[in-house]
Amino acid sequence: MTTTLTNHAPNHAPKKVAVTPTARRGGPASRKRGENLTGWMFIGPFMIFFILFLVVPIVWGLYLSFTGQTLTGRGGGLVGFANYQEALVDPDMWRSMGNTLWFVLISTVPLVLIALAMAVLVNLGLPGQWLWRLSYFMPYLLASSVVSLFWVWMFNPQLGLINAITGLFGAEPIAWLQDPKYAMLGIVIATVWWTVGFNFLLYLAALQNIPEQQYEAAALDGAGTWRQLVSITIPNLAPTTVLILILQILASLKVFDQIYQMTAGGPGGTTRSAVQYIFEVGFTGYRFGYSSAISYIFFALVVIISIAQFAVASRKGLKK
Amino acid sequence: MTAIQTRRKPITIGNIAALMVLGVLAVSWLLPFAWALVTSLKTETDAGSTPVSWIPPSGFTFDAYAQVLGDGNLLTWTFNSLLTSVIITVLTVGLSALAAYAFSRLDFSGRKWLFAVIIGSIIIPPQVLIIPLFYQMLAMDLVDTYWGIILPQVIAPAMVFILKKFFDQIPIELEEAARMDGASRLRVFMTIVLPLSRPILAAVAIFVFIAAWNNFLWPFIITNDTALMTLPVGLQTVKSAFGVQYAQNMAMAILAALPLIVVFLIFQRQIIRGIATTGLGGQ
Repeated sequence: MTTTLTNHAPNHAPKKVAVTPTARRGGPASRKRGENLTGWMFIGPFMIFFILFLVVPIVWGLYLSFTGQTLTGRGGGLVGFANYQEALVDPDMWRSMGNTLWFVLISTVPLVLIALAMAVLVNLGLPGQWLWRLSYFMPYLLASSVVSLFWVWMFNPQLGLINAITGLFGAEPIAWLQDPKYAMLGIVIATVWWTVGFNFLLYLAALQNIPEQQYEAAALDGAGTWRQLVSITIPNLAPTTVLILILQILASLKVFDQIYQMTAGGPGGTTRSAVQYIFEVGFTGYRFGYSSAISYIFFALVVIISIAQFAVASRKGLKK
Repeated sequence: MTAIQTRRKPITIGNIAALMVLGVLAVSWLLPFAWALVTSLKTETDAGSTPVSWIPPSGFTFDAYAQVLGDGNLLTWTFNSLLTSVIITVLTVGLSALAAYAFSRLDFSGRKWLFAVIIGSIIIPPQVLIIPLFYQMLAMDLVDTYWGIILPQVIAPAMVFILKKFFDQIPIELEEAARMDGASRLRVFMTIVLPLSRPILAAVAIFVFIAAWNNFLWPFIITNDTALMTLPVGLQTVKSAFGVQYAQNMAMAILAALPLIVVFLIFQRQIIRGIATTGLGGQ
């Protein structure tokens, strides 16, 4: 590799980054200048996109949240905190935030526990490895539209498989996605099925990093499978569990796709998420200014939850 | 992975119980696929009649697939998804790798705070940007274009972080030798760093590709033209149009699911490792 470099480098190097050779010959100051230019050339392309599609919209969105901007361009003037004042007393906004937190709460527990159970069982090394991995992880590869088509069909009150199965045990048919009592549960079931495979893989990777010697030592001391699970496996997985919890909660807060496609937020707004409310106010109601204000309130919620998570996670870390 | 497979397991009650739980879980997880597949192979009449059955009275048929494929939209959408996802992946990996290398190796002014800003931006949910981004796309005349779908999806601060961590671990001596011989930074990056980073680049690329292929909200907002829709967005629109044509709905879902499942079956090992490394990148 080095020989090829020596042969070609003199021809190419000056053309691409003309400053570098000069910089090396010069003093520390010019060297620094050379590194500066090269550095900015490397991050330049990323920064252009970063500024255009992240910095500009986040600043613009903040500005919009203080205007009465609509899609048609009317009412673009500054309105002070009017949007925020309206949002704080908007029952639909609070409801959508509440639905989102409820979804996070009831989906996170099974998404962590089922993933953990799957990983521990697969990691026993029993036959059928590829089948277990494939079946648990495959749904994660599906687009939300496919997941929604599958589960709307599974939950169909008359023709769906779920009611056919529960019917075998004598249960009355349930209108899963049309009944306010069950709609969110249906969404959670579909979501767990869809994304648990991701957490499963993270746990599996972590399990395989636990040193084999720990188990061997425990086995010598006469610890059985259950004892090993409780005193070696679970403690070793603590950092992964913290990570999965953080990632999972942040991801679930942004829920929109499958809910929008399975129930459209219904029945009666019982499954409408915060992101869906932002979307609807903006693209159905065409109130861009108001929608931006709700976006920022939602953003604040995400930041507060993230900070709380990191505070808890790092305090846990200190204890160890 | 290999360590597991070589461990021999005795037949104990515990192991049999574990196998049964694994089996029940696998059946439950495969059930929606199986049910969709069977439905897609029924006639519309059979699919829409009670009682629910796995073996349709009129036998299995490919009619639903013929209908769906004859319509043509599905192939257009698959092409759109492939095109946009590939461009997003190439741009994201390229830009992120260049930036990550600069943060890892180059001592330029503003490096520390810029890196902090980029890492901090991981916390921003892309969903809060949809309104201003849509406005920007209107201003740039990119609504209903491929670039309108692609450009806002190219920023992945988390990937910069993951790649930087990997580049940090590459022994600097390898690069210094080449630098002594007069190779430019770009050349060192292209001929030494990138080849050494192939596994992590593949992992990041797979992760970005799956995310782009399945992304719904942004393409949904930015495209109205049926001919420009990606697969997830197009599928969402037909669901309502087809209404009660269950067999066709399921044939569409199966066909739309197929490409990534085939890719997964081919690259299973790499994908699993990729998800594990990128997913754990924050650790």
